[in-house]
Amino acid sequence: MRYALLINERPGSYAGMSADERAAITAEYMAIRHDARVFAGERLQPADTATTVRSADGDLLLTDGPFADTKEVFGGFFLAEATDLDEVLALVARIPAVRLGGSVEVRPLAEH
Amino acid sequence: MLDQVFRDEWGRVLASLVGYLGDFDLAEEAAQEAFAVAAERWARDGPPENPRGWLVVTARNRAIDRIRRQRTLAAKPLEPLEQLPESVPDDRLRLIFMCCHPALSVEAQVALTLRALGGLTTAEIARAFLVPEETMKRRLSRARNKIKAAVIPFATPADHLLPDRLRAVLSVLYLIFNQGYGDGRVDLAAEAVWLGTMLADLMPDERDVFALLALMLLHDSRRAARVRDGEIVPLAAQDRGLWDMAQVSRGRAMLARATALGAAGVYAVQASIAALQTEPEIDWPAVAVLYERLYELTGSPVVALNRAVAVAETEGPRAALAIVDALDLGGYRYFHSTRAELLRRAGETAAAREAYETALRLTTTDAERGFLRRRLGEL
Repeated sequence: MRYALLINERPGSYAGMSADERAAITAEYMAIRHDARVFAGERLQPADTATTVRSADGDLLLTDGPFADTKEVFGGFFLAEATDLDEVLALVARIPAVRLGGSVEVRPLAEH
Repeated sequence: MLDQVFRDEWGRVLASLVGYLGDFDLAEEAAQEAFAVAAERWARDGPPENPRGWLVVTARNRAIDRIRRQRTLAAKPLEPLEQLPESVPDDRLRLIFMCCHPALSVEAQVALTLRALGGLTTAEIARAFLVPEETMKRRLSRARNKIKAAVIPFATPADHLLPDRLRAVLSVLYLIFNQGYGDGRVDLAAEAVWLGTMLADLMPDERDVFALLALMLLHDSRRAARVRDGEIVPLAAQDRGLWDMAQVSRGRAMLARATALGAAGVYAVQASIAALQTEPEIDWPAVAVLYERLYELTGSPVVALNRAVAVAETEGPRAALAIVDALDLGGYRYFHSTRAELLRRAGETAAAREAYETALRLTTTDAERGFLRRRLGEL
């Protein structure tokens, strides 16, 4: 089964970290990206670079920033293939955002 | 007779089918069909020599028919079976770990376990939890769908996950034991004891399984004595002749097994307390020590409240009141009824009256109301 691991970060979770600490976390993310089961993964730029698009009376309405203020901000994702949920959950437990106050939503991909 | 066979076989047959078909939904439908055919045929012709094998083969063949009809071709080739298997592998352990997977909501875990292992119908589960049958149907079907879509494994967890996952299974059983009063037509406490017994058979080295089973047996053994004329009867006033002594000794045996395996967790401590309370003379100092241990394990103010009751027996109501008054449990009805009881014994009638009245306002069952009213009248 293929799963999307949608990573939500707690804003400010990197504040107060040294360059070394940040580098160590980046290395953790890279190690997961290089896991044989992970076949895609991207990190997004900060939420304040986002543009949200909606339709209002047939016109496109653009908003600066993400669609809603939330306690967590979608920060990136992995796509992984695993035999079952337990296997993918073991991978998710290693994602730094989990211990840094964020969360990861695990969703099976729709199979065609 | 058939009911008993069905009861004993449902979980095994369903588990074996889930293992074989890899599809919970399909397995359940097929098992249901096979049991329906059996109900009709066995009542007429008598049960076959190997009822379990017959049920599994019939259900497998029904499932294969269904797959062919739906043309959702299974990945593995499924051949109809002619001869009966000598023995059906016992897959119930895998099934219970699947049903109690923490990726499912607790409510769904409870309902699935009762359906899959206990063999209760959707209607019975709905009645037991006082929800409309439609709601329960949706809850179960959403859970089955998630199991399939997210591939919740049909497996006993790996060693490093086992302690956590087993805890989840045990808390589902304990929830079933504690929650299911419903409309009284479904005996969920007995159901939980039955499931606990099954689990103990399947995991004979897991101490906490035996501890929980002991706890449930010991508590349930006093059930008939707990209510008299629609009124709650406190432990001290219970007619011991109404206790199920066979169940008490079974509970003690399970506790001995748990202790021998090194059990010392919350279930074991609670079972030890329940065991002490079934002695002819209750050793209250020992009960108080066990409650203290339980408080260390849980940090729960409700446990501290229970400890106070034991302290009242050894050091008197005022020592107990000192503990009780420090607790932040104002919204909890047993806090007020316990406090009322202690105040009454300390001779503080006015304060006791007030506490009984508060407890009465917070109480939700008639049995408790009856007891509290009588106590108020006796002041």
